[in-house]
Amino acid sequence: MWSLSQIAGSIHEWLSTTFNPTIALVLEMVIAGVAIIGLFAVLGLVLVIMERKVAAWIQIRLGPNRVGPKGLLQSAADTVKLLVKEGMTPDGADKFLFNLAPFIAMIVAMLLMAPIAFAKDFQLWDLNIGILYVSSVSSIMVISILMAGWSSNNKYSLMGAMRSGAQIVSYELSAGLAILTIVVLTGSLQVSEIVQSQANGWWLFKGHIPAIIAFVIFMIAVTAETNRAPFDLAEAESELTAGFHTEYSGMKFALFFLSEYVNVFIVCAIGATLFLGGWMPFHIGNWDAFNHVMDYIPSSVWFFGKTFFLIFLIMWFRWTFPRLRIDQLLNLEWKYLLPISMVNLLLMTALAILGWHF
Amino acid sequence: MVEELGKTTEGDLVINVGPQHPATHGVLHLVITLNGETIKNVEPHLGYIHRSIEKMSESLTYRQFIYVTSRMDYLSAHINNHACALCVEKGLQVEVPERAQVIRVIMDELTRIASHELWWGAMAMDLGALTPFFYAFRERETINEIMEETCGARLTMNYMVPGGVLQDLHPDFQRKVKEFIQLYKRKIHEYDELVTGNIIFQNRMKGVGYLSPEDAISYGCSGPVTRGSGVSSDIRKRYPYEIYDKLEFDEILETGCDSFARYLVRIREMEQSVRIIEQLIDNIPEGDFQAKTKAVLKLPKGEFYQRVETARGELGVYIVSEGGTTPYRIKYRSPGFSNLSVLNKIATGSKLGDLVAMMGTLDLVIPDIDR
Repeated sequence: MWSLSQIAGSIHEWLSTTFNPTIALVLEMVIAGVAIIGLFAVLGLVLVIMERKVAAWIQIRLGPNRVGPKGLLQSAADTVKLLVKEGMTPDGADKFLFNLAPFIAMIVAMLLMAPIAFAKDFQLWDLNIGILYVSSVSSIMVISILMAGWSSNNKYSLMGAMRSGAQIVSYELSAGLAILTIVVLTGSLQVSEIVQSQANGWWLFKGHIPAIIAFVIFMIAVTAETNRAPFDLAEAESELTAGFHTEYSGMKFALFFLSEYVNVFIVCAIGATLFLGGWMPFHIGNWDAFNHVMDYIPSSVWFFGKTFFLIFLIMWFRWTFPRLRIDQLLNLEWKYLLPISMVNLLLMTALAILGWHF
Repeated sequence: MVEELGKTTEGDLVINVGPQHPATHGVLHLVITLNGETIKNVEPHLGYIHRSIEKMSESLTYRQFIYVTSRMDYLSAHINNHACALCVEKGLQVEVPERAQVIRVIMDELTRIASHELWWGAMAMDLGALTPFFYAFRERETINEIMEETCGARLTMNYMVPGGVLQDLHPDFQRKVKEFIQLYKRKIHEYDELVTGNIIFQNRMKGVGYLSPEDAISYGCSGPVTRGSGVSSDIRKRYPYEIYDKLEFDEILETGCDSFARYLVRIREMEQSVRIIEQLIDNIPEGDFQAKTKAVLKLPKGEFYQRVETARGELGVYIVSEGGTTPYRIKYRSPGFSNLSVLNKIATGSKLGDLVAMMGTLDLVIPDIDR
């Protein structure tokens, strides 16, 4: 049965037999880069149409249904519109930073793709500190938001950026501690090893209650980190019109928009990798027949299935909950989530030392 | 402008919310002085949708000027028309047929439900939850269809005329209203599940926007805003008009004095409106729907005042007549104007995010404030 790793393998084989090693390496890098940009664009389109359809389903309406079959080409049409739209730069803005900010947001989202294991043996860069890399690179995101808010020379943008700064920096702590609970169990920061350690069961089920608590905290924290409702204070449209990207239009706005959705995908992919076993199929104890059937489903389907399930959860939050207030948001993090995740991490460490996990 | 008043100090941020802003639900302009996220001063600037309805009414006859009032508080157009019709009838000393009175009260209460439903959706939207808006419109649409059949319009009905109502009810009216009541009772629990019981929502609303009963009275507030502070102010109970004194319904009072209390008042008022409609819908008396009046109305010389309870509070219509076919002077006491005036009082010291929530609980309709 063909799989993503086989395709990648045959491309590699063909390239290394046809060209000399240096050119083959360069060509492989180019292919990987194009693939990432392509994935970035496709993910943006798919997630936007998915969000609109999910929203429509929750809000008892139809959603986009004119462009293409069942409106599936709507986001492609929107992209064309955004591409041909004039990208205005306000007069009072700091022009260099204003134009740089959306690119930083996009580059961060692309960099984060590197260590994600999309399928069995299919990974761009399996570096040994993969999870640490993800959590540190994602912190750069806040710089682009602060940059956009500050350089726009708009009070709404500035307030959105201030809120966003406070929010992302706070919630990174909880997300990091939730990630650490799994690292403690696995004993490795390498993504492939974390996935491999879940061959006989996902950490969500193997790690007892601490893992479930960590999973819940992780989902809350990443929702806040990606500025999604109910934590969308940075763009709170009823208070700040559009927050940090008030002044952006055209493709520069679209880059922020895309990077938001790609970030959602990435955090969900990390969540799926850590807690739901990445590309590992679902196995139940000794049910050999069942496990065998599960093995026949390609690993990429497992990975994307789990990731999109988590994305659906995050979208469900957005269309159900009202927004928090800034002080409530910070209270939630510093007074509840952070202490809970610290205690949870201690519990998990004890659990791992005593070997009580499955 | 604000600096002239000596209220800003160095480091304060002055932002203009509106006249084009998603949270003001219209063209209200708020000049907000902020210290970080904390509000130091809110100054509403009015007049962006002033159409001089009062002055316009002076050149319109007593039959015509009622139509203009549908455009004041467009969410309770029926009740505005009702107030004007009652005031003219007071001057003419016309006895309105009982059938017309019952129809008017049913229409008023349907309008009140429709208005509160729109408020509920918009209020949740202000807090960042977009879905309730669609749920609210699902029920509101049913009411609009009922209105469309009987009155010919969905928003500015112009159905109440001096002497009664413009035309008789549509044959389907009773059935449709009963269907609406069934639908409403089936769906109302969703409102509580989606919004009222939500922990984030309660945290956003409770203890926010404190309006003491004394302030509510001294600022001249009315309607659900005062009743949320525990002050009895329902015109239907205190100065009954039409057949309200014969009906059984409760005046909703909450003593929380905060945004959540004002929210609960409106939610529970919808239930009372349904109760009133249920009492009347099977007992619409036969008879004329309009009293016999002259083609050209002339009010005797004098001053006439009539107040009614709209969805937002007390609407007063004051007509000065010189005996001619047009009023000499008309003054509307609109509920929104007085309710808006407490905004600075309740918003000072709270966060910017709460300002939006407070404005939501004041239920502002800007054309009603400006007129």
